[in-house]
Amino acid sequence: MTVALFVPCYIDQLYPDVAIATLEVLERLGVDVAYPDGQTCCGQPMANTGCETDTAPVARRLVDLFADFDAVVCPSGSCVSMVRNHYAAYFDAEDAKFQHVTSKTYELCEYLHDVVGVTHLDVKFPHRVSLHQSCHGLRELRLGQSSESMTPRENKVRKLLNLVDGIEWVEPDRPDDCCGFGGTFAVNEADVSAEMGRARIADHCDKGSEVLASADMSCLMHLQGLIRREKNPIQVMHVAQILSGRPLGAA
Amino acid sequence: MLPIVQHPAAAKEFVNDPNRSRWHDQALWFVRSKRDKQAASLPEWEYLRETASGIKTHTIANLSHYLQEFERNATARGAVVHWARDAEHHNEIVLRILHDHKTKRIVKSKSMLTEECGLNHFLEDNGIDVVDTDLGERIVQLRGETPSHIVLPAIHIKKEEVGDTFHEHLGTDEGASDPKYLAEAARGHLRDKFLAGEIGITGVNFAIAETGGLVVCTNEGNADLGTSLPRVHIACMGIEKLLPRQRDLGVFTRLLARSATGQPITSYTSHFNGPRDENSELHIVLVDNGRSRLRESETFRAAMHCIRCGACMNTCPVYRRSGGHSYRATVPGPIGSVLSPTRDQNSYKSLPYACSLCGSCSDVCPVKIPLHHQLLAWRGELVGKKLLPVSKRLSMRCASYLFRFPALFRLVGQVGRFALRVLPRWATHNRLNVWTIARELPEPPKESFHQWHRRHRNH
Repeated sequence: MTVALFVPCYIDQLYPDVAIATLEVLERLGVDVAYPDGQTCCGQPMANTGCETDTAPVARRLVDLFADFDAVVCPSGSCVSMVRNHYAAYFDAEDAKFQHVTSKTYELCEYLHDVVGVTHLDVKFPHRVSLHQSCHGLRELRLGQSSESMTPRENKVRKLLNLVDGIEWVEPDRPDDCCGFGGTFAVNEADVSAEMGRARIADHCDKGSEVLASADMSCLMHLQGLIRREKNPIQVMHVAQILSGRPLGAA
Repeated sequence: MLPIVQHPAAAKEFVNDPNRSRWHDQALWFVRSKRDKQAASLPEWEYLRETASGIKTHTIANLSHYLQEFERNATARGAVVHWARDAEHHNEIVLRILHDHKTKRIVKSKSMLTEECGLNHFLEDNGIDVVDTDLGERIVQLRGETPSHIVLPAIHIKKEEVGDTFHEHLGTDEGASDPKYLAEAARGHLRDKFLAGEIGITGVNFAIAETGGLVVCTNEGNADLGTSLPRVHIACMGIEKLLPRQRDLGVFTRLLARSATGQPITSYTSHFNGPRDENSELHIVLVDNGRSRLRESETFRAAMHCIRCGACMNTCPVYRRSGGHSYRATVPGPIGSVLSPTRDQNSYKSLPYACSLCGSCSDVCPVKIPLHHQLLAWRGELVGKKLLPVSKRLSMRCASYLFRFPALFRLVGQVGRFALRVLPRWATHNRLNVWTIARELPEPPKESFHQWHRRHRNH
């Protein structure tokens, strides 16, 4: 069984270590991982702007690229949700390649939790950590229970991080309020977006967290930009980096 | 033609005043937290939502049948049913009833429908004295504003500001801001208005086809007083307020107040089954105003499920920071951003983009309207109608092109990262690069993952 590593465009270009960490975690667990050449983007920026005709060829490319693999794994809930929940608009429902890729694409934590069934990780991270739950991971992929929903769900991201030695959890007041990234929203509604982000950072900082961890690097790119500007005493890290044993400050 | 609403610009002043936007955010989050506690107290919460959604889907699918059944049963109880195709028609019907009774003084309880129809202005222009009797609506009315929230109309106003308004209009002590004192003053003021009112106008929360009855939910009892003292009651309702059977009502009253304010039930749930005696009149105005058109749309039809609880506003991180007036619409927040463009796409085209697609609204909605997916669907509609600015459409066209050619994507990425490393800060962090107004750009790595992978894994 070969798993294709799907690296989102912004991770490839701006946060390569997140993809390296993802690859290392999977390889260490004995997963046969391939990195198909020619990857770019899932099409989400265009889709979320409403530009459907610009999205379709990009979505088609992704499906063609990954169609021959048993599964596709990606360290970003948002991109996975695009493929799983929103690709139907761009394909014929009977399209076999589309059917295969849309149903076999997993977010990293989801794959480790549901498919690999990881129960042990030999890594340490002796720090105060708070979790930023990305909206798409939470409410579109249901990686955990959103605070609005009364349907009990286990939190897959947290369960995985609990396998790491030394993490001291710090709980923000609002467990899943949006950080304000939202793709092009961050630029379209720059003032509101920044204010949303500042509120999240303050909530995590006030509780004494050293590391704001998330399974979505796009939220973290926005939060990191604000943290650096305002010189807040907190760092961001992708969950894959913690799971692969990176020290504090890797992002 | 309505003016074009630019949400980011309309929100700017509010969001950039931390004293206001953070206080507003906290106030609404408090309501949302109360809702969470109430929802969690019912093991059947998600079952109730599912049931309510099913009842609404069924009702909207069979709307003409249930409307006619309602009309028959309401008429049999002695009510007079009026049909209004749009806001203007609705306002004319109400004015005609007022003229028939030679009345100039109206006491009104909360009704978002009459806000939608602009009834207050219309009546005032026709020489009628309209008094909003809901405390929040009265505050807003005295200030010459509109509600900024459908359940909490004055949520954007601080108690000190209410004190100033009351000092000016009701003669309360200057500088007084004690909520108890102010509420007592409003109570005295409104009591006189109630006694002088000749006709009571209310909204409607639910209308029941099977019985021809109406249900109005309030916390202040103002709908009851406003319909008990005057002899004539005019109830204005959108046609989507219908429920088929009396037994369906319990599903919705259990969801409504819990979702709206985090109360198990509103203080008053008043049932009106025909006029109260032979000397009284009950007029029911059924209003379409674009609802039939919305019903035709497969994509947006579910928005007709809305019971106007306001939970999507309380939970919306954009609404909480930008305030209700930034939407420039009767119904703000997520549901408003879905409904407003159905009235005028061009005017409200920025609203579906005033959303980070976090999905909290869809999860909080008691009738399971897929709000964030509808907002996303609106974006597709707007682009299809070429209502998105050319600059944005063009940038997406370029991005799409870039992502179709991996070699080009890599080249542009490499040049971009190189530029970020060597260019002086002022060239990358300036007002033209909107990202950098409040944030730093990421520190560009020397190599992309693709390059790293070539060096380390492709042997």
